[in-house]
Amino acid sequence: MVTEKAFLSHSLSCRRQFLGSAGAATLALTSAPALADTVVKLLLPGGPDERPMTTAFPQKGALILQRTRPPLLETPFEVFDQSVLTPNDRFFVRWHLAVIPTAVNVDTFRLTVHGHVNQTLSLSLNDILALPRVELVAINQCSGNSRGYFQPRVPGGEWSHGAMGNARWTGVRLKDVLDRAGVKAGAIQVRFNGMDEPVVPDEPDFMKSLDIDHARDGEVMLAYAMNGEQLPLLNGFPLRLIVPGWYSTYWVKMLNDIEVLDQPDTNYWTKTAYTIPDTPRANIRPGETDVKFVPISRMVPRSFITNIKEGDALQVGASTLARGIAFGGDSGVSRVDFSSDGGRSWQAAALGTDEGKYSFRQWQHRFTPPTKGDQVMMVRCTSSGGEAQPDTPNWNPSGFMRNVIERTAVVVA
Amino acid sequence: MARTLLPIALVVGVAFAPVCARAESQLSLKSVSVDLPPGDDMFPNGPGADAINNNCLACHSADMVLNQPALSKAQWHAEVDKMRTAYKAPIDPKDADAILNYLVSVKGVK
Repeated sequence: MVTEKAFLSHSLSCRRQFLGSAGAATLALTSAPALADTVVKLLLPGGPDERPMTTAFPQKGALILQRTRPPLLETPFEVFDQSVLTPNDRFFVRWHLAVIPTAVNVDTFRLTVHGHVNQTLSLSLNDILALPRVELVAINQCSGNSRGYFQPRVPGGEWSHGAMGNARWTGVRLKDVLDRAGVKAGAIQVRFNGMDEPVVPDEPDFMKSLDIDHARDGEVMLAYAMNGEQLPLLNGFPLRLIVPGWYSTYWVKMLNDIEVLDQPDTNYWTKTAYTIPDTPRANIRPGETDVKFVPISRMVPRSFITNIKEGDALQVGASTLARGIAFGGDSGVSRVDFSSDGGRSWQAAALGTDEGKYSFRQWQHRFTPPTKGDQVMMVRCTSSGGEAQPDTPNWNPSGFMRNVIERTAVVVA
Repeated sequence: MARTLLPIALVVGVAFAPVCARAESQLSLKSVSVDLPPGDDMFPNGPGADAINNNCLACHSADMVLNQPALSKAQWHAEVDKMRTAYKAPIDPKDADAILNYLVSVKGVK
């Protein structure tokens, strides 16, 4: 049976100061402990769906181990029931290349801004901290979040729903940095590169590009803080690109190189990888050919129940609280509807505090299961752009952009 | 419903606003040095295990492969091909066949 607890039972409230020197010093001494022997079942169709929980990664608490090297670490879903902001030590982790610097010196770190600009910049962290400070709550979600639920299954990181997180990002506008360098006329895109490196010589370095107008829209940020603390190294310390409303692949970690281009970027990670069918909802039939693929971009609406799990037992005739999170993608949440009868009827849920259009929005709804038996709970988000989650799942060969209305089967007894 | 939501606003308002202001004045970044787990476990025994251990573990740990769903031979072929052509893994063609056979036998559609 599901019992009611206070909304936001564990808030992030008082951990928002920056790490003190004591905190940083202990990090180096904490060598990786053995992997925890707890196993979590992700209910992926056809399996394998058991994953170890791990506490072996620095500055990180218990996470689901999808891949050890380079790390793919998933946020256990119950974390999303505990606060609207995802704690830094439970925030998911995803790296592409295995050569990840394990030490960053804040005194010698430099961000280079070069290419089609009037003057090349080499900015220290103090230079960046001196620029006007901005703050934004935004969701960082992997393009392939929930890939493990695609049917037929597709290769890739076999995530459940925890390859996402929501944080308050503090930093500077990319526009302000670009203005300091002085973008020359004819600039087309801006390319971002981090400190991670390929293992083999010809392997493409991980870089992503944004169109120049997007880069200068005043919302794209370079973040040096996440929920009021410096970023965990595995989330991109000391600087991470924040691209509100767009998938995580653009949010380059350990960002140390910005290049303004006067030609469209043709590098592998921008042009070839992370592409989706140029169709509504990036949806095609398995095996369909002759499809045009384009780079993935903006996110789409999603919503989840966070306090009732698949297989939970609910009490017939008892007033029951359902609650969870929703987001609009690249716009806010207009409404959230809840169904306790498999989608036959829907009721509007109450929405929690609005932390901004790029944030998770909490919702809740009270209902009374009328009859005994198997039942399916569903929740549907409609964005402020008027886009509602669909009834049927999309499919594409990379397992990107899932946003079907999710179903949670329960037993009423 | 309005009553049940009220505490949210209170929690957020009280907990976040004053602490934010404090963080503003204490903004400083500290150098970090960490260790990452090696992720050097070998693949389970099977025909071609040597080939997959020798060629694949340089760039990623074995758990990524073992966590994949059962895939057809054509799908595994495409994966090995992608590692060679897109990510430039220097895999000898003879080893590529052995790796494919291993994947089909250990992680193939049954």
